[in-house]
Amino acid sequence: MAHHDFTTPVQEAQVRALVVDDTVTLDGTLFGIRDATQIAMFDHGRTTRFNLAGHAVVHTAPNVKRVEPSPSYPAGYAPICVGTTTSARMERFTRPLMERCGVRIVIGKGGLGAESAAAFRELGGVYLALIGGAAALETTWVEAIEDVDLDDLNPESLWKFRVRGFGPLRVAMDSHGASLYAAVDAEARAKRAAALAALGVRR
Amino acid sequence: MRITPDRIEEAAKELYLRALRDLPPDIKRGFEVLAARETGTTAKTVLATMIQNIAVAERTNNLLCQDTGIPIYNITIGRNVEVDGVALTAAIRRGCERATREGPLRSSIVHPLTRKNDHTSCGISVPVIHVGFSGAFDGLRIEMIPKGSGSENNSWLKMAIPAEGVDAIRTFVIDCVLGAGGRTCPPTIVGVGIGGTADLCVHLAKVAATRPLGSHCADAEGAALEGELSAAVNMLGIGPQGLGGDATAFGVHVEIAATHITMNPVAVNMQCHSARRASAVLTARDVEYGY
Repeated sequence: MAHHDFTTPVQEAQVRALVVDDTVTLDGTLFGIRDATQIAMFDHGRTTRFNLAGHAVVHTAPNVKRVEPSPSYPAGYAPICVGTTTSARMERFTRPLMERCGVRIVIGKGGLGAESAAAFRELGGVYLALIGGAAALETTWVEAIEDVDLDDLNPESLWKFRVRGFGPLRVAMDSHGASLYAAVDAEARAKRAAALAALGVRR
Repeated sequence: MRITPDRIEEAAKELYLRALRDLPPDIKRGFEVLAARETGTTAKTVLATMIQNIAVAERTNNLLCQDTGIPIYNITIGRNVEVDGVALTAAIRRGCERATREGPLRSSIVHPLTRKNDHTSCGISVPVIHVGFSGAFDGLRIEMIPKGSGSENNSWLKMAIPAEGVDAIRTFVIDCVLGAGGRTCPPTIVGVGIGGTADLCVHLAKVAATRPLGSHCADAEGAALEGELSAAVNMLGIGPQGLGGDATAFGVHVEIAATHITMNPVAVNMQCHSARRASAVLTARDVEYGY
């Protein structure tokens, strides 16, 4: 259970060194991405001017405020509340995010499934768990919204955040096939019979 | 007493903003209870972060969670109130829209087919507005619930049959909690609706999921089932955020309605750990805000 401080973008070797239950804190650029963003990119062929290679993406659609562009608010947006959303809905986009865009780190809550685990293993990626519903805290780790693309999808735009001390985030799925979610799920299902017995369920 | 639409609009706006920032005291106490008895190492850390977030939201006057939810307004018309129903629902919509604009809040509401977002938190039949009546107080009560989608996406209805008995209900609840895993942002309040018609059953599950912690089903059989199910779901070890641990749920809440001789419906709707709600009671001259 080691801790790692990463400045994005990262190299494959850095991601391959992570194992589940390690923790990671990020500095630098973090991209925000969501259902509509990825439907646009991978189902409707939209492209982004951002280079995501080696970068981290967080499943998010933030609360923002439109402001006059300035050095503090280069994109004309102030971050109000930046949290995360349930990753499972975006399961089928992990592989294209990695294969076509070179993303190395996916951040969200609730975990991803077997297809994503396979992509992390084959292509060298990792899933970091944010604490869902802890957005007030996470917002304090966001320095600025540096840029935004595909903003017609707002709030599900492709956001470019500048973050500082973003974490610690738990490595919940690594590039060696381990997933805390799969392990917890298997253990919970093994306890199903005992829970039903405690309830007096006969069949 | 007459309550004017402008006061209802103001309360509707204020309630949305309050609900998103200020977690009710029963939920905060629920966190303390779960944290005190948690044995999992990871789970302790996760619960501590959630509790820290509540303090940060209060200190920075920020939203607890980025999800502004689906806005739900539950109106209870008490005694001695004169209110124009059409004007009341229009005022609620205006208040919801103003909260979104003035917050500013992320509008999380889109047309279900075009996915177009009007950036008002309003749309066809949204905000959801329920109207009920009570003889227990004078005035008009408005409860606002910004229902998060992570928990709402984990909603189920089973039209079980009488031959399956109460065991079908117990099994269904356990399987729903297992199926949801970490996707509902546990620890959750697991709302269970039992009986009624299909639509009433699902509605009851929502009422149960959004009830304050420490409250109980008014029916003795339903209340007994709450106790049994609360203990059983917390045997599963899903834990906060689905990362393992004891604290899978704050508890299981049950609401019941009579049903047909051929029917045995059960529905589950969950409330995430950011179990937000706010309320206001409006009387002739005053408004009192609470949870």
